[in-house]
Amino acid sequence: MAIFADKSSKVLVQGATGHQGVFHIGAMKEFGTNVVAGVTPGKGGQEVEGVPIFNDVFDGVSETGANTSLILVPARFAKDAVFESLDAGIKTIVVITENIPFHDAMEFVHYSKYKGAVLIGPNCPGIASPGKTKIGILPGQIFKEGYVGVASRSGTLTYEIVNSLTEKGIGQSTCVGLGGDPIIGTTFIDSLNAFEKDSETKSIVLVGEIGGTAEEEAAEHIKEHISKPVYAFIAGRTAPPGKRMGHAGAIIARGKGTAESKIKAFEKAGVKVAKFPTDIADLIE
Amino acid sequence: MKLFEYRGKELFDKYGIAVPNGRLVKDINDFSGLNFPFVLKAQVPIGGRGKAGGIKSAENLKDAKEKFSKIMGMDIKGYTVRKVLAEEKVDIKKELYLSITLDRSKRMPLIMASVEGGMDIESVPDEKIFKEWVNPLIGIQPFHVRGIVSKLKLEKEDGKEVAKVISKIYKLFREYDCELVEINPLIIKKDGGVMALDSKVNINDDAMYRHTDIEPEIVELTPLEKDAKEKGIAFIQLDGNIGVIANGAGLTMATLDALTNYNGKGGVFLDLGGTDDPEKVKQAFSLMKKAKPKVIFLNLFGGITRCDTVAKGVKEVITKEGIDCPVITRIKGCNEDQAKDILKDAGLITGTTLQDAAQKSSDLAR
Repeated sequence: MAIFADKSSKVLVQGATGHQGVFHIGAMKEFGTNVVAGVTPGKGGQEVEGVPIFNDVFDGVSETGANTSLILVPARFAKDAVFESLDAGIKTIVVITENIPFHDAMEFVHYSKYKGAVLIGPNCPGIASPGKTKIGILPGQIFKEGYVGVASRSGTLTYEIVNSLTEKGIGQSTCVGLGGDPIIGTTFIDSLNAFEKDSETKSIVLVGEIGGTAEEEAAEHIKEHISKPVYAFIAGRTAPPGKRMGHAGAIIARGKGTAESKIKAFEKAGVKVAKFPTDIADLIE
Repeated sequence: MKLFEYRGKELFDKYGIAVPNGRLVKDINDFSGLNFPFVLKAQVPIGGRGKAGGIKSAENLKDAKEKFSKIMGMDIKGYTVRKVLAEEKVDIKKELYLSITLDRSKRMPLIMASVEGGMDIESVPDEKIFKEWVNPLIGIQPFHVRGIVSKLKLEKEDGKEVAKVISKIYKLFREYDCELVEINPLIIKKDGGVMALDSKVNINDDAMYRHTDIEPEIVELTPLEKDAKEKGIAFIQLDGNIGVIANGAGLTMATLDALTNYNGKGGVFLDLGGTDDPEKVKQAFSLMKKAKPKVIFLNLFGGITRCDTVAKGVKEVITKEGIDCPVITRIKGCNEDQAKDILKDAGLITGTTLQDAAQKSSDLAR
């Protein structure tokens, strides 16, 4: 098992023929991902790394049985791409694109719920279940099969943490990048629930950052509903209020969203919080 | 993007929400057509201007000239006042609070209202703020509006007027991709009707491309931050003396945090993002140099980004343009060994771990 993505994921890539699309279709296939289709309007009939390209998602799904979509299209076309995927029956959608207007994200997050689909992102690196599949732009070489589930609001910081786990021989069941935007589809709580149910996951690592109250809500949820040990790292202890720290969602606004509040909430819930990102591996050992 | 009060009110006007009679005043001879008494209001993108002396009422022409001169050019929390709005006074029966924000947890627009208008909403107790969430798939419905208005316990006619304003600001919030629309206070006038005495409108930067009627305002950035924004680099000036360059927002924040464990303090947040384009690396370093940090700390994790490509870019900048402060590097990930050799060759100090490099940077910055 794994969460959200495994051997049964048949991946369709929207925005397949651009530079990013071509590169990551190759990288995903190398990881073992079953990439079955690409979509770029007007480029149907072409191939990218041996993957057939279709003009629209409906054709891609009916020809290949794709059940998962990876969105790499530019921000202003992202809402359309997600809606198209949902209407074509796709049940898992990973949105990599950043700088999507919040109102667009709000609409497609609610539409995905209405359709009963899992939406990961936007502004995320994707998801990797080592030994099974990788849907997104995460670097394949840092992962190792194992029992730690990772959910994170950050990209590179996650790679750093996963890499340090792997170097210490600690493998991962699934690593999911939730995204750095204020409006995201899959939350810490969704990931915690999925990891709790997953027989392959023995412990859980959450990588949070300043902004919003997702970590505080996760801490409350852990107290009541999560039996597996949870570890955390929070970025932004030194971030000043009112400044967006690179991610659109990483902002302390009206006194809410500080690292202190998140660390305190986690510690109260019995979650061990690492001082340095590379220390998480020591906490788990 | 935070709009100035007067620009927010232009949008209110467009949506049929009443605002006081008034206009921007250019200089001390520019009061024609305004009826006394009126209020002079500093236009700054930050709250608390009343307490800072940025809002004054004028009873006559002499008074107006005097007060205008005091407000124009004054400093409010780091912002110089360059625009002053004059508005005719209105007789107030009641002051309300009304806003719509984006609720990150519920991922829905959140309407908030209170009869405790005119004060900082943070200081209003929670039980006096009435809330309604609107699922964007259905949009605002009469039951949402009734839910709020009934709790405000207003006189019937006043309630009807407030209900109209709620629907109008929801429309504005959605159509202009707002992060916040706030009216504080929304007043009920002595002679009937409602009016927005203030405005806070904040539009999502990523959606500005579809609001070409709104002229962009970059008032919240330092000149270097502005320069960085134009180049597409995430760059934030902080109050320490160590310039941090890393790739990825989370990693850059974590690097700044790491410094505090060794009594170091970050002076610049610079996120290279997913790039290893030598041109971008060069631009990043030249921006960093202009910020004059005492030490530069380069922390790279190579995932998809190849460390050696970034290192080549760094070496090129340093050998061509020179650098007058120590550079500490910590490199991990894809092609790290090649990258370390290149950086050593360029005369930079390499740290073994994040902790080691953070300590070295902090020591050198003291």
